[in-house]
Amino acid sequence: METSGPADYLTFGVLLLTGFAFVAVAMTANRILRPSAPSADKAQTYECGVDPAPDAPPGRLASLAYPRTGAASPPRDHVGKDWAQVQIRYYVYAFLFVLFAVEAVFLFPWAAVFRAFGTAAAVEMGVFVGVLALGLAYAWRKGVLRWR
Amino acid sequence: MNEAQGLQIDWAGLAPMIIVFAAAFGGLLVEATVPRARRLPVQVALAVAALAAAFIAVVLNSGKNAAAFAIEGTGLGSVVLDGPGLFLQGTLAILAIVAVLLLAERRTTRGGDFVAEAAVVADSAADRAQQREDGATEIFPLTLFAVGGMMMFVTAGDLLTMFVALEMLSLPLYLLCGLAKRRRLISQEAALKYFLLGAFASAFYVYGMAMLYGFAGTVDLAGINRAGVSSGQPRMFLYLGVAMIAVALLFKAAAVPFHMWTPDVYTGAPTPVTALMAACVKVAAFGGLLRVFNVGLASSAWDWHLILTIIAVATMIGGAIFAVTQRNIKRLLAYSSIANAGYLLVGVIALGDAVGQTMFYLAAYGFTVIAAFAVVSLVRDGDEEATHLARWAGLGKKSPATAVVFTVLMLALAGLPFTSGFTAKFSLFAAALQADELGLVIVGVVSSAILAFPYLKVVVLLWLNEPAPDAPTVNLPSPMAGTVVAAGVAATILLGVAPGPLLDIVDQASVFLNT
Repeated sequence: METSGPADYLTFGVLLLTGFAFVAVAMTANRILRPSAPSADKAQTYECGVDPAPDAPPGRLASLAYPRTGAASPPRDHVGKDWAQVQIRYYVYAFLFVLFAVEAVFLFPWAAVFRAFGTAAAVEMGVFVGVLALGLAYAWRKGVLRWR
Repeated sequence: MNEAQGLQIDWAGLAPMIIVFAAAFGGLLVEATVPRARRLPVQVALAVAALAAAFIAVVLNSGKNAAAFAIEGTGLGSVVLDGPGLFLQGTLAILAIVAVLLLAERRTTRGGDFVAEAAVVADSAADRAQQREDGATEIFPLTLFAVGGMMMFVTAGDLLTMFVALEMLSLPLYLLCGLAKRRRLISQEAALKYFLLGAFASAFYVYGMAMLYGFAGTVDLAGINRAGVSSGQPRMFLYLGVAMIAVALLFKAAAVPFHMWTPDVYTGAPTPVTALMAACVKVAAFGGLLRVFNVGLASSAWDWHLILTIIAVATMIGGAIFAVTQRNIKRLLAYSSIANAGYLLVGVIALGDAVGQTMFYLAAYGFTVIAAFAVVSLVRDGDEEATHLARWAGLGKKSPATAVVFTVLMLALAGLPFTSGFTAKFSLFAAALQADELGLVIVGVVSSAILAFPYLKVVVLLWLNEPAPDAPTVNLPSPMAGTVVAAGVAATILLGVAPGPLLDIVDQASVFLNT
């Protein structure tokens, strides 16, 4: 087994720093360029697609947290207790995303070696994509793609 | 296909798995194209035909002893077709046919025991509406996926293939657990509990696999076995790897202390699914355990022998003692399944001497337990199953035929002579004695004696107690469940009276490749 020294981790370290720098630059630029108009509603605990809790106190960090798509203050009667069962409709999108993300993950390296392997590779990828397409066809027929 | 690389693929050897998976995909197409009213017969016919074809393909493969994939004559470990693997594949196919028939039973509850959507909030308006509808026919493709995964699990020759198979058999089962039509909430609880704990176990498996790879430099089981004597890596990697892989496999096999999920999941899942889990998953889990310990870890037996012995003793005694206190028939069968996992672990610990007998036990127990759950699904209080034991009192006076059948099954589980339970236990313990596991055999016999008590209590309840005025009714089964019960009882008695032929088969099929 090859031995690895600390120097091998240099690339990784550079990547890590670049990652941090990217986030920092993006956030700072955002902050400088955007208008600032804080309100109590925007500071509420917010979950995409879910009514915010009615009596959530405006957070202490209200001046820092400005959700860009702040939900309009909901009518009071839409708001329930803090303990509610919600329908998890998003799982379908998560599934479909995974379906295509995984497909893409395998398609790219496959495309790189496709020439060397010839028809065998084409058939194998055909089977793989076929299985995924079958899953999508099934989901479509079941009306999963329609928002209810 | 890849002649350029010299890769040879034994298509005939892979045929059983290919058939089952293709039928599962076909089942999805049926869901998408065939009108709702005609789906059930099509799905059942497809599933049974596929499993029967898979069984025939397994039989045609018998006697094979090679890897399914090879490069220029050198076998790759990923899928190994050897005696135990093929025998367990065949057993799985047959047990799955029986389980599919039980899944298809629609006479006891109108529309079947399943709902169409598992994720609907329990007891909401939408949930009550779907309880009046016909159940999902997706259960058949899901079952086929799970069974295909199990067939792959028992023939997987390296840890990676085994992990893929483990997930393939687990994921459909998690979903099937949540589809019960009655008592939706505990069904959803069962599904969630099984899923979370199962995912946890899978994580252990992957980490254990990484440890063993670090130790052996390969995930191939035979390679790990060689590394057990020759590797220069710290032995701690081996200990950690074995421990973590064992945790995952013992979880699936429901051994103490990884058994916590079993009673809740067995109770909450729809009874036909419970039957599938108790019979088929048990076969797959112990098929995997036998292969991992016989092929991969035999050279390090001294390192894990003690801890596995402790787990086996805890499982045998724990399962039996908890079974005594149960008042719910499904929980009773769940704890008995735990205790039986303990007896099977004795077979795993005894390594090569007991492989055949362990497989015989798996087949015998599978048939008995499927039939037992089938009977449970027939005894009903109105719409719900009468699972509380007190409700079964005096069943022998009202429905003697059902009571006779259930008595036979209980006696078999208790291990009385002339039933498969006796021959299976006897041959297993005899083999363990040959392997010098006297202590484990003594514990096993004691545990069997304890475990006989709750079974005999049920028999007494059936025959000697007076029935309550509002005693549950026994629904006459359709040919589906009727076949299940008949097949289970026939196998139970046949393997008890004339176990010779099957014992011969397992004897010939008891040697793993690369051991």
